[in-house]
Amino acid sequence: MISGRERALNYAILTVFAALALLPLIGVVSSALTPAAESGPSFTWPRHLDLGNFSTAWRQGHFATYLTSSLLVAVSVVLLTAVLAILAGFSFAHFDYPGRSALFYVTLIGLMVPPEAFVIPLYFNLRDTGLTDSYWSLILPQTAQSLAFGVFWMRNFFRSVPVSVIEAARLDGASDWRLLWRILVPTSRPALLTMAMLVFMWTWNEFLLPLVMITDESKRTAPLGLAFFQSEHTTQYSVLAAASIIVALPVVASYVFLQRHFISGMLSGAVKG
Amino acid sequence: MAATAHRPTARKRPAGAPTREPVRRRGRVIQWKGYLYALPALIVLTVFLLVPLGQLVQISLFHWDGISVSTWAGFDNYTEIARDPQLRAGFLHSFVLILFFSVIPIALALMLAAVTTRAGRLRGVSVFRAMIFLPQVVAMVVTATAWTAIYAPDGVLNTALRAIGLEAVARPWLGDFSTALPAVGLIGTWLEIGLCLVLFIAGIGQIPAELYEAAKLDGAGAVREFFAVTLPGLRGQITVALTLTVIAALRTFDLVYVATHGGPGNATSLPAYEVYNRAFGTGQVGSACAIAVTLTAVILLLTFLITKVQPQEDET
Repeated sequence: MISGRERALNYAILTVFAALALLPLIGVVSSALTPAAESGPSFTWPRHLDLGNFSTAWRQGHFATYLTSSLLVAVSVVLLTAVLAILAGFSFAHFDYPGRSALFYVTLIGLMVPPEAFVIPLYFNLRDTGLTDSYWSLILPQTAQSLAFGVFWMRNFFRSVPVSVIEAARLDGASDWRLLWRILVPTSRPALLTMAMLVFMWTWNEFLLPLVMITDESKRTAPLGLAFFQSEHTTQYSVLAAASIIVALPVVASYVFLQRHFISGMLSGAVKG
Repeated sequence: MAATAHRPTARKRPAGAPTREPVRRRGRVIQWKGYLYALPALIVLTVFLLVPLGQLVQISLFHWDGISVSTWAGFDNYTEIARDPQLRAGFLHSFVLILFFSVIPIALALMLAAVTTRAGRLRGVSVFRAMIFLPQVVAMVVTATAWTAIYAPDGVLNTALRAIGLEAVARPWLGDFSTALPAVGLIGTWLEIGLCLVLFIAGIGQIPAELYEAAKLDGAGAVREFFAVTLPGLRGQITVALTLTVIAALRTFDLVYVATHGGPGNATSLPAYEVYNRAFGTGQVGSACAIAVTLTAVILLLTFLITKVQPQEDET
């Protein structure tokens, strides 16, 4: 259909842009593998591979603690968001009551309002109740932020389930509760997986909220730990690069395996209009 | 387990379908249970998002340092935004960033998408797609750290410039007043181009092949084909890309916090950074809230305008 030359040109262009996207990241990886002694203030290419930077970063940067915090917060947010979004999505998709669409649009506000807008009052509220510097001060606000997307996502999915499936369940005498958890949730497993991954990624990468809420070093999340680590290690880039990889790896690794879900989720979540 | 009474679910059924339960009558049955299912999510949203949003507006009308008693300010904090050159500069910087985060990536991605999909189906596009999209999933802190190394005085960029004899151009890119903001902007270009490209490739896939064939029959070349078929067909995707990238530009915080701290001077200071800095750095909470309200209003306004500009008949 098209000439070989045009095809070659297409591949060339795609390769250039893929390279541009990857080069900064490859630079980080290669620096991280460079022995600390050979490392400079910038990207380096290792003459022989050295994994020592990772253990240095791990120890000096307290990343065991930070990763534990991140993991705890991210898993809690994913679970809470999933349960609340399933319930609310079901409500907005299947029940008929006054104010239903108004309430739905209210939840969508969270998709449009930047976190900078509510983080200040939130900080003072939580400080007054003694919740700052606790994991709750990260989990609950982050859940609220993720819910806008989660409710929107689950409602769309539940609405797309064929009526015949629901009728069959009704004929078997299933209650609403059973219908939701035994029929709808199992069929929505792919949608749930996509949502869980996106919420996990957003929570893991979140920076502003932990920066504001957490002063206790032992409760810092990984990105926050990296930012503080960076201001201390400006000269030894290889160690900093290793720390960066430690922070990015959980999300990047799951992206490599599940990129289809990530991309489709981010795009269709975005196409909210 | 008490609440298992049957509720009519007839509203989803096509009219006239046989049902055991009463079809929606004129006086419809209110399914009260629905409120119960939505309640937990609504409580969390209200307490942690909606109420703070209201308080934000309230605090913005006061002079407050976060500790002592606040005093009524009226619109002082807002008029300050218009008067303070540093704050005005911050908002202007945002608009420069929109160029880098939004306009350039969209233009480049349109061109790329047009070139690569003119070919019909290329093998292996999904692999390229995954690679080009990767920057979107890497934490911003990591991105900022990687690019600080590129822009460093002895960094990759300067080394490359010296290697090709452009010694004179080399400089500490993030530390130089004239280059810091564009340098931050280019990081945004790098970040957003993948998002735009993936959106556009998906969009072109939805354009009916007949349109392209018809264009070919009319003797349209690559350029005519792009403006007559591809560009109109991507209207919806362009709107989405514009919305997302403009919001990303206006909300830039982590990038600036890690890479430049708003400096040198305030060359890369942005409203989102200023909100954080005033509220938690210099103790001007009222002013910070006013900036946050203004920033939110700008975001909502631009989002609204972008979706309004798009013509209504949407042929997706």
